[in-house]
Amino acid sequence: MNGTSAIKIRNLSITYKNHEKQQFSAIKNITLDIPKNKITMIIGPSGCGKTTLLKSLNRLHEINDNVRVTGNLRISGEDIYHPRHLVPELRRRVGLIHQKPTPLPFSIWKNVAYGLKVHNNINHEELNMRIRQSLEKVHLWDEVKDRLDLPAADLSLGQQQRLSIARAIAVGPEILLCDEVTSSLDPISSHKVEDLLISLSREFTIVMVTHVLRQVKRLADYVIFIYMGKIIECGTTEQFLKNPENELTKNYINGTIS
Amino acid sequence: MKYLEEKIFKIVMVFSLFLTLAPLVLIILVSVIKGGSVLLKTPETIIQSPGPRYLLGGEGGFLHAILGSMYLVVPATIIASLFAVTVSLFLQSDYCNKKFSNIIRILLDILWGTPSIIFGVFILIILIFTHQRGCLMAGIAALTLLEIPIITRYADEAIQSVPKEIRENAYSMGLTKYETTKIVCKYSISGIIAGILIGLGRGIGDAATVIFTTGAGSTMPGGLLQSATALPVVIFQQANSFYPSVRNHAYAAAFILILIILVLNVTTRLFQKKFSKYITGE
Amino acid sequence: MPNRLKIRIFKDLVSTKVMFLCAAVVILLFILIMIMLIAKSSFVISEKSIWELLFSSKWDPENYIFGFFPAVVGTLAVTVFSMVIAIPVSLLSAVLIAEYTPQRWEKILSSFIDVLAGIPSVVFGLCALLYLAPFISTITEKLLNIETTGMNILTASITLSIMVFPIIISLTIESLQAVPVELREVSLSLGATKWQTVKKTLFRAAGPGIISAVLLGFGRAFGETMAVAMIIGNKNQIPGSIFSAGQTLPSLIVSSFGEMMSIPIQQSALIFVALTLFIIVTVTNTIAKIINTKLANKWRY
Repeated sequence: MNGTSAIKIRNLSITYKNHEKQQFSAIKNITLDIPKNKITMIIGPSGCGKTTLLKSLNRLHEINDNVRVTGNLRISGEDIYHPRHLVPELRRRVGLIHQKPTPLPFSIWKNVAYGLKVHNNINHEELNMRIRQSLEKVHLWDEVKDRLDLPAADLSLGQQQRLSIARAIAVGPEILLCDEVTSSLDPISSHKVEDLLISLSREFTIVMVTHVLRQVKRLADYVIFIYMGKIIECGTTEQFLKNPENELTKNYINGTIS
Repeated sequence: MKYLEEKIFKIVMVFSLFLTLAPLVLIILVSVIKGGSVLLKTPETIIQSPGPRYLLGGEGGFLHAILGSMYLVVPATIIASLFAVTVSLFLQSDYCNKKFSNIIRILLDILWGTPSIIFGVFILIILIFTHQRGCLMAGIAALTLLEIPIITRYADEAIQSVPKEIRENAYSMGLTKYETTKIVCKYSISGIIAGILIGLGRGIGDAATVIFTTGAGSTMPGGLLQSATALPVVIFQQANSFYPSVRNHAYAAAFILILIILVLNVTTRLFQKKFSKYITGE
Repeated sequence: MPNRLKIRIFKDLVSTKVMFLCAAVVILLFILIMIMLIAKSSFVISEKSIWELLFSSKWDPENYIFGFFPAVVGTLAVTVFSMVIAIPVSLLSAVLIAEYTPQRWEKILSSFIDVLAGIPSVVFGLCALLYLAPFISTITEKLLNIETTGMNILTASITLSIMVFPIIISLTIESLQAVPVELREVSLSLGATKWQTVKKTLFRAAGPGIISAVLLGFGRAFGETMAVAMIIGNKNQIPGSIFSAGQTLPSLIVSSFGEMMSIPIQQSALIFVALTLFIIVTVTNTIAKIINTKLANKWRY
């Protein structure tokens, strides 16, 4: 791939232990580069490790002690699995937005302020400014500016999801990981979020997991197809959709496997 | 900064847990060692009835307390369980509306939190009104009152966690409310039994109710209308006695109580495990 | 209607009525307890004012002077001190167990906590009497040069706090586990440390449950009778310091039981104490429920 790589993945394998203590290999020895300031989409059938792969990029899988990651992962040249690497700082640089909109049990203002307060001693004026900027970037500012102190849980699902994005970008990440972020939303809200991601990709590197091919067509600059833990095919969107090389890819695109 | 905070609090947390578990270990050790040694030296204490001048260092064991405890707790638990299970079945939505069940739940919560001494005093007042003396029956009544809120709480939880599909399936087969409830009961029975065991454990260790209602006699339990005593009362009264032989009874009684509690605890765990297996669908 | 169906419907009706009756009995029970306590206290209330009963310190039962104030002070002292110890220790232990230990450890540790919960209060009293009291006595003499038998407010508070630990811990663990894992993931993926997540998000999300746990523990500390009676020294005096002996309302009832039950007005005085306890417990519980609902609404996610 052209351009600089934001993330370099080499020989990454992820295994986890399920209930019966059996080892299950979710991701098998994959190697790929994720380009900077582009939208890279990871697609593939459900349950084949896409979300786990995403979470391994900001080490969020580690809250579960059943998951093991081996291999080499470098973000902007730094080995993020190095024992000395400070995980909270990694997570500031690599934000994650969940599938289900999850407002924190605070007001709208406090939700966005949360990440900022966690990282630095920041004064009130700058805090307010950064919050306003983030909310403006997600086109939420006008809708909520008069009710910043009300509970975030009262927003609609679409607004909550945009709030989650605002919350994530407020701390100034380089990379945004998006885990099927529109699957809980209605079509109109989905569309708004998709537009948002396109505009944000100028500033951030976006890695997105999805199983909606329409989104791939609309948003992706690069596509990676993962099936049963292995990379079957990867390339630019055009290449991928018009000239897929692999048989499996063709089957996925025309809906034979889903 | 925040990394330091994390490290400090981790240490503080471990220390706190230690503060919680250390007393547990110490108490069990103390009871087992002190009580156990008394029983090893003079095993007759648990099979002898108290002799004359018992509390003044006289002869005899505390068989009367062991029997007394059994005669008090077993009937009380049986009555309390029947009542408690009935009430918790009633609290299901098929039988009563939300407002009513909320009121009952709040009252049960209050009764759960009432110190046991209040139940003792309550029954005592009834005794005063009826010019009765302290007797076994009064003790059973007080213990029943104590155990009802406890058993109801656990039974209620067990019954509420039965998936509503079970009930819906039963009704769509044409079963009456009563028959459906029987099914729900079978489904939640391990959780209910766990609750009964917990109530039993609470009842057997309670002294305040017994002192006020059954008297704290030094004679073998006679009939329902006679005075009796129980193991925890023995501990309370005799722990500070001047006479070492009397004190020893307190230690031995503590040993027996702890043993019973541990056995009950393990059994409860087994039932709760069985219950959760059922619910997560195995 | 076929016979079999008639029988089934009959059983259904009867069982419903029986269940309703039992439930009604619960309500009646509560009312009855309140009434009886009030009835029997009315004697002493009519002779002495409530103010005098609760706030005077003169104690001369033989001359029918009942000042329960020392016991009130003692109750407050012992409850407050034990909660001051119990709340941080329990919350921190619960967080450790629920958030920082692997799953299987959590089950084992919870079982231990449950055992602690099941130990009868007289056994706590016994162990405190045998070991804690002399220990405190030696320590205060060596370190602070204060003479004390060890049967005092401090020992009672420490013992009470240990009895309260399992209540707060098990309910807090339950509340923490009820918080969906996504909330933790959100906080962590913004770059918070685990402790920051607990402190800022989890305590808030599980807040109503935790506060209920604390209030329940408070109720237990407040109403605990036997263990306190065994080690607080049973002196009807306002405690000068935590090293003095004292009295609590429940322990007063138990220790005065024998002497005071023969004469009606003395009987009535003791029952008045029981009534006070019952009212406080009822009020505390109701307030706890209201706070719980309000907070669950305010801190919703």
